[in-house]
Amino acid sequence: MSAINQSGWKPEMQSVDGPAPRATSTGNRALMLEEALIFEIGSDETTGVDLPDVPAATSRLGDLGRRAPIGLPGLSEPETVRHYTRLSRQNYAIDLGLFPLGSCTMKHNPRLNEKMARLPGFADIHPLQPVDTVQGALGVINELAFWLIELTGMHGVAMSPKAGAHGELCGILCIKAALEARGEGHRKVILVPESAHGTNPATAAFAGFTVENIPATDAGRVDTDALKARLGPDVAGVMITNPNTCGLFERDLKIISDAVHDAGGYVYCDGANFNAIVGRVRPGDLGVDAMHINLHKTFSTPHGGGGPGSGPVVLSEALAPFGPLPFTARHADGHIQLVEEETVGEDHPDSFGRMTAFHGQMGMFTRALTYILSHGADGLYQVSGDAVLNANYVLRRLEGVLDAPFAKSGPCMHEALFSDEGFPAGFSTLDVAKGLIDEGFHPMTVYFPLVVHGAMLVEPTETESKAALDQFIDAFASVAERAKAGDASLKSAPHFAPRRRLDETLAARKPVLVWKEPVLAEAAE
Amino acid sequence: MRYLPLTDADRGEMLAAIGAPSIEALFEDVPVHARQPGPIAGLPMHASELAVERHMTTLARRNVVAGEVPFFLGCGAYRHHVPATVDHLIQRGEFLTAYTPYQPEIAQGTLQMLFEFQTQVARLFGTDVANASMYDGSTACWEAIVMARRVTRRAKAILSGGLHPHYVSVAKTMAKYTGDVLNTRLPDLSAEPDTADLIGALDDDTSCVVVQYPDILGRIGDLSELAAACQAKKALLIAVVTEPVALGAIRSPGEMGADIVVGEGQSLGVGLQFGGPYVGLFGCKDKYVRQMPGRLCGETVDAEGKRGFVLTLSTREQHIRREKATSNICTNSGLCALAFSIHMTLLGEKGLRGLAEANHFAASAAAERLAKVPGVELVTPGFFNEFTLKLNKEARPIVRMLAEREILAGVSLGRLHPGVEALERGLVVAVTETTTAEDVETLAAALEEVLA
Repeated sequence: MSAINQSGWKPEMQSVDGPAPRATSTGNRALMLEEALIFEIGSDETTGVDLPDVPAATSRLGDLGRRAPIGLPGLSEPETVRHYTRLSRQNYAIDLGLFPLGSCTMKHNPRLNEKMARLPGFADIHPLQPVDTVQGALGVINELAFWLIELTGMHGVAMSPKAGAHGELCGILCIKAALEARGEGHRKVILVPESAHGTNPATAAFAGFTVENIPATDAGRVDTDALKARLGPDVAGVMITNPNTCGLFERDLKIISDAVHDAGGYVYCDGANFNAIVGRVRPGDLGVDAMHINLHKTFSTPHGGGGPGSGPVVLSEALAPFGPLPFTARHADGHIQLVEEETVGEDHPDSFGRMTAFHGQMGMFTRALTYILSHGADGLYQVSGDAVLNANYVLRRLEGVLDAPFAKSGPCMHEALFSDEGFPAGFSTLDVAKGLIDEGFHPMTVYFPLVVHGAMLVEPTETESKAALDQFIDAFASVAERAKAGDASLKSAPHFAPRRRLDETLAARKPVLVWKEPVLAEAAE
Repeated sequence: MRYLPLTDADRGEMLAAIGAPSIEALFEDVPVHARQPGPIAGLPMHASELAVERHMTTLARRNVVAGEVPFFLGCGAYRHHVPATVDHLIQRGEFLTAYTPYQPEIAQGTLQMLFEFQTQVARLFGTDVANASMYDGSTACWEAIVMARRVTRRAKAILSGGLHPHYVSVAKTMAKYTGDVLNTRLPDLSAEPDTADLIGALDDDTSCVVVQYPDILGRIGDLSELAAACQAKKALLIAVVTEPVALGAIRSPGEMGADIVVGEGQSLGVGLQFGGPYVGLFGCKDKYVRQMPGRLCGETVDAEGKRGFVLTLSTREQHIRREKATSNICTNSGLCALAFSIHMTLLGEKGLRGLAEANHFAASAAAERLAKVPGVELVTPGFFNEFTLKLNKEARPIVRMLAEREILAGVSLGRLHPGVEALERGLVVAVTETTTAEDVETLAAALEEVLA
């Protein structure tokens, strides 16, 4: 997406003298440069580092010394800089334009966060340093934990989960540990609504539970009656997403929580969409027992093309004692203790144990705390308000163009949901997505949630300006109109991206996951 | 509110377009009792960039920085020099602020990088394939154990006493809930890894044997015999590498017959960061690829026949298989994988070997010097860049005493294995290219004093 054009000027599509060449001899297109793989351009003899001097000493490797070459090509420093800079330019990113990926999304990543995370006092300390030498780092963990607890109205927080899905696992293990402590380990069923993220059932199954689906109502919310009817002595709990993946607030969550608690179960809330309610609604007030928070989504830590994530889990009073090691405890004199295997003692007998080697995603904690302190309670109140305002603006402006199945179910929260209803045969949601790429936008989430045919899930977040939204909405509407009109050129989009439509079926049928010398690759065919 | 672009005029116009009287009205589906009427009371309000920077800097100053003192800690996290180029490149917005590559046509930068990363990891580990990274080494280790159960349909995993105790803890936590049976042991302060003991424990119920290489005491040993024994029992050999730099000097686990090799990639490009984010490495033999957890990037072509890359084999994953998925993981450590890959590209074959050599010889020299301190005995004669000392006193208080003198002396085995008396005098010391001869002298002199 180009810079916002506020002047109203539009380029006139005029023909230039003579035909433009369709192809170049290099395959490059001006600033868009093709880039070979490091295995094709590097060599065994090239290195981009100056090697340290080796002191005279004896080898202690015995006969384990490496014999065969590893096969790792090197590049000099300038070649390395060019290789990765060229690759970077083939990526869409939030720094270029909005990322309207419903239920995933990304917001502006403030650079102050990056600067703070790189302070040597945070970046250059070891997880096993004596506790007295890392009081500032433990202070960051403690401060962030305080904010997460206050913002969610919960009792405790487990900081160590490495990502949202890892946080789900943490929450589910807390539930399992609590049930076992009550002597009710026989409760083996977790109820998961149809509209849940795929991680929810995968997590419950991974932890040894049986998963049963709960249908959604026509209005896009959990069928509360069906859920209540299924509760019983074999049910360990429910996993519910709020705001949900249809973009709606689960109005009945408190009623559901009360019913689940009465039946002896616990309520897990998938907090992936917490960004829509942060600072305004505390899940603890709605009876939630455990909820993970994707720090990148709510608190602006970078996602770096697939992570790192970070998924702290807030816990109710009932579940907090069962949270994982390690955790911090602040004493009256200000000293922060690290509670781990060595120090767990008799004060914390119920922890279910360790779920990752060290203390969690410290680098993400630093960034998230920086963001939270920048906004404060008033800023976060505005954050969720603007996020919801932006999503509703998208919904209302596009509902005349595209089918919006739940537009009458009330205001949407973080995201607006559309479907492919009304598209002619042969045209799908994917064609709209690929058409949007040509318009310079990252597409929305496609085909999810599963409860809506050809779903398109648009989440703008609060860091988009009205002008950016208007540009996106106009582009989206024009591509949608083309799809509805059966414009065949859409079927072969994208036309202007670094790559045309990629053959994903071929990739899966004949997986090529590592680079091989062309001779070897041919021989393998 | 420097991060929020909407003006009050914008908000007014947008509300009019929506037909809502106020932003608060958009929250009408939230029950009234659960709606905050305004900013949550009792919490600080927004702060300027300068004020936040001051606060965070104050906290950072309360830590003893590894690079500023004599520093000898390892045990799963290592301090190496990271070339300036690495951090500069990963801060490019097109990498830093990109999302998971769900639309491959506009994510070729990330996808090509992941393909290169997978190839680098597979070659380093000596495996046929590798995935696009996991959270960290400890969770990758657990995922490998679960994968071995899927492949062998057996539930018993044998864990070496040389495996990082935190990795064992993670496996124990998970096994309580999944029904896996873990056969664990403790390390002993001896020169050799527990290979013979592991071979003796193998039986027809064994899904896998998990060893660390080099192990938690720094020891190295040939895995070939163990690999052959596993194969004979149709169990898988899982090797865990927490120091990938070692593989520049010693043979890879894959080369010696390991079926799955997992590891922690933090040493290359990522930095210490108090334990995270790190990057889990995961490689295996070709025949197990469809049982592998995590994201995979594969080569393909576009509509014009040009080479391109996509996420592939997603039918193993949670968003399609839901409760039948190979794992619940839905992301990877993309940015850390990028840092690892850039550092590896800068090094190349020659650089990695040179770096490994520098680590090994610096550590060898340090071990010889420290073994001369009265009251210190070198337990592990064969090692890469980390070795174990047996002190004449309990190591935990010694480590704390030296920390007061701003010397970060190593990791006491007592901290990793609390309550095991036989290990209380063990101190694991790591030496890398960042350690100077003066650092070693400082440690030796201080040890001499406190052990006397």
